[in-house]
Amino acid sequence: MIMESKRKKESPSSPESTQFPDEVLERVLAFLTSHKDRSSVSLVCKDWYNAERWSRTHVFIGNCYSVSPEILARRFPNIRSVTLKGKPRFSDFNLVPQNWGADIHAWLVAFADKYPFLEELRLKRMTVSDESLEYLAANFQNFKVLSLLSCDGFSTDGLAAIATHCKNLTELDIQENGVEDRSGSWLSCFPESFTSLEVLNFASMSAEVNFDALERLVSRCKSLKVLKVNKSISLEQLQKLLTRAPQLVELGTGSFSQELTTRQYAELESAFNNCKNIHTLSGLWEATALYLPVLYPACANLTFLNLSYTALQGGDLAKLLVHCPRLQRLWVLDTVEDKGLEAVGSYCPLLEELRVFPADPFDEEIIHGVTEEGFVAVSFGCRRLHYVLYFCRQMTNAAVATIVQNCPDFTHFRLCIMNPGQPDYLTNEPMDEAFGAVVKTCTKLQRLSVSGLLTDLTFEYIGKYAKNLETLSVAFAGNSGRGMECVLGGCPKLRKLEIRDCPFGDEALLSGLEKYESMRSLWMSACNVTMNGCRQLARKMPRLNVEVMKEDGSDDSQADKVYVYRTVAGPRRDAPPSVLTL
Amino acid sequence: MERLVKYESDDLNLKATELRLGLPGSDEPEKLSSRSNKRASPEISQESKSNSSVSYGGNDEQDSAPPAKAQVVGWPPIRSYRKNTLQAKKNESDGAGMYVKVSMDGAPYLRKIDLKVYKCEYSEREGYNGSEYAPTYEDKDGDWMLVGDVPWNMFINSCKRLRIMKGSEAIGLGCA
Repeated sequence: MIMESKRKKESPSSPESTQFPDEVLERVLAFLTSHKDRSSVSLVCKDWYNAERWSRTHVFIGNCYSVSPEILARRFPNIRSVTLKGKPRFSDFNLVPQNWGADIHAWLVAFADKYPFLEELRLKRMTVSDESLEYLAANFQNFKVLSLLSCDGFSTDGLAAIATHCKNLTELDIQENGVEDRSGSWLSCFPESFTSLEVLNFASMSAEVNFDALERLVSRCKSLKVLKVNKSISLEQLQKLLTRAPQLVELGTGSFSQELTTRQYAELESAFNNCKNIHTLSGLWEATALYLPVLYPACANLTFLNLSYTALQGGDLAKLLVHCPRLQRLWVLDTVEDKGLEAVGSYCPLLEELRVFPADPFDEEIIHGVTEEGFVAVSFGCRRLHYVLYFCRQMTNAAVATIVQNCPDFTHFRLCIMNPGQPDYLTNEPMDEAFGAVVKTCTKLQRLSVSGLLTDLTFEYIGKYAKNLETLSVAFAGNSGRGMECVLGGCPKLRKLEIRDCPFGDEALLSGLEKYESMRSLWMSACNVTMNGCRQLARKMPRLNVEVMKEDGSDDSQADKVYVYRTVAGPRRDAPPSVLTL
Repeated sequence: MERLVKYESDDLNLKATELRLGLPGSDEPEKLSSRSNKRASPEISQESKSNSSVSYGGNDEQDSAPPAKAQVVGWPPIRSYRKNTLQAKKNESDGAGMYVKVSMDGAPYLRKIDLKVYKCEYSEREGYNGSEYAPTYEDKDGDWMLVGDVPWNMFINSCKRLRIMKGSEAIGLGCA
């Protein structure tokens, strides 16, 4: 295929170096999709750096302030797909002020100039205005994929603009955003000639959409694979949609509670029976034991079941899980209690991921939910478990030790004992040994969230054993800054560290000076860090942005919330007055 | 849980039909077991307490009553969308009459009970077997239904008020 060999003028050539013509190298590199691989490739030599940058079409930016649109465009001229993450994760829990930043607009303006053929935009925790959505719809003719997760700042008007103007749209995925839901009429804006949709997710929006418009849309989009509707869609309407789209691979139902006649029930069951390709099921709001059986025919191939908005009892979950032997991922509410989790252990041997959310996290008097027993039961039955998110009100060191002995392959272990600083409820000891067991046994551990009463010992363990740890979340833990020092000194792959309400001070903060440049970011709030400490850090490390968010009425010398991140773009210029860049 | 219906006279054998938590036959309703309130105070240095947005409510000394803990900002770590959805669900069910009026045929006064606290579903229905009374309820559509036919969740979401009907009237509803 390649006739002549070309050589780049600037590149020094050694006799041993492989002289690939640029096109060959670029073609080969086109197969590389992982951005980590691509980063490695770009470091080999100048030729490879250039070939890589010309051939890269997708870019992932984990912190939108780590780089500027200009720098991005200069390095990568051919980008078609961008993934951007904005605010620190603790903004999900209201710890970040409203107007903090991470606005997409400046990026869009740069993209309109440099990447007019942009096809995909995936945003997480960014601020997106209606104006930006309108701008997007007007300036990118080839635009195909819009995914907004945990974003804020827009209303359904912006979505209407997207629906109206993006003629080649294949994916519209709107998840858990702070959307101002003015009306459901945006859905009716898809023109009758529009048929390219493959993914539609508006599950987390509240306003009722025009069902006729939705039904027609689903009918004419023959490639539709993913459909997740919102609560306003009834069971009867769902049945009609399923009849139009039996090819669906992922389904999010609407409200799963309606008085159905026998005939309607049968029709619904039949509709599910015809959907042989569904492997992901979600929605199921208000689902009761009465109607869950209609799902059974569609459960044989189910690999992901999201029941986290369904207040299901354990017995009813058990009846459902009997039909889901291939389940790999399960999200539930803790209304299923330990009994429900025992059923998980019994019926889902292939389970890899379990998330148990609290139905009543703020109510002190409710003594429901799951305990250590449920978790242990799952670990005995599901040996492939590697991802867990578990909210509970009691835990023991012994239980966690058993769990990781059964499931040593954990990559993500996120345990939330909901009462801050709560010890092992049987022995009254700190939970140090539990997390010690986790890091000692689970050598592949990438992400860890700790909770309960914890001393510095936990962090000694983490620093000593968690050699693959990339993300660590800590709250209400530790005796002294030594804990943080252990982690910063010991975890070579650490990228994200988020800490709240711990007794870590300036010494601990400054112990990580060199470390922070190899990390994406550090968050510390309600700790013992002072403004002086932050200034010192900023002074010594010019390639880090050190931002402090002040609370009203707090001591001037305290740094209430600190966000530190590496960047090649310098200090940001769009910070609100409450955010000080040092 | 205190007794919900209490009358002077025993002529109507009201004890048999009284609404209470716990199985018929047991005299004292079970007290909600209070969780151990012993929370070891987190070993945080004094300084952090001042700039922390956490208020432990100074409860380390109070071991007797459940601590009235101030809600900690952003804890437990649940995303806003989920939190708002849970809150909406709660408000919905609070609005749909978790507190329902209870009337009993022949009794001069009505009472009000909170259905939400009934953790053992339908056990009070058993108390009516063999007696000449039947528990009925008015649902969202205004129809009078016999308690116990629909799943518990559906019942508490649709129940507007309760009426303990005298046997003769309740026959049409299918009670013995």
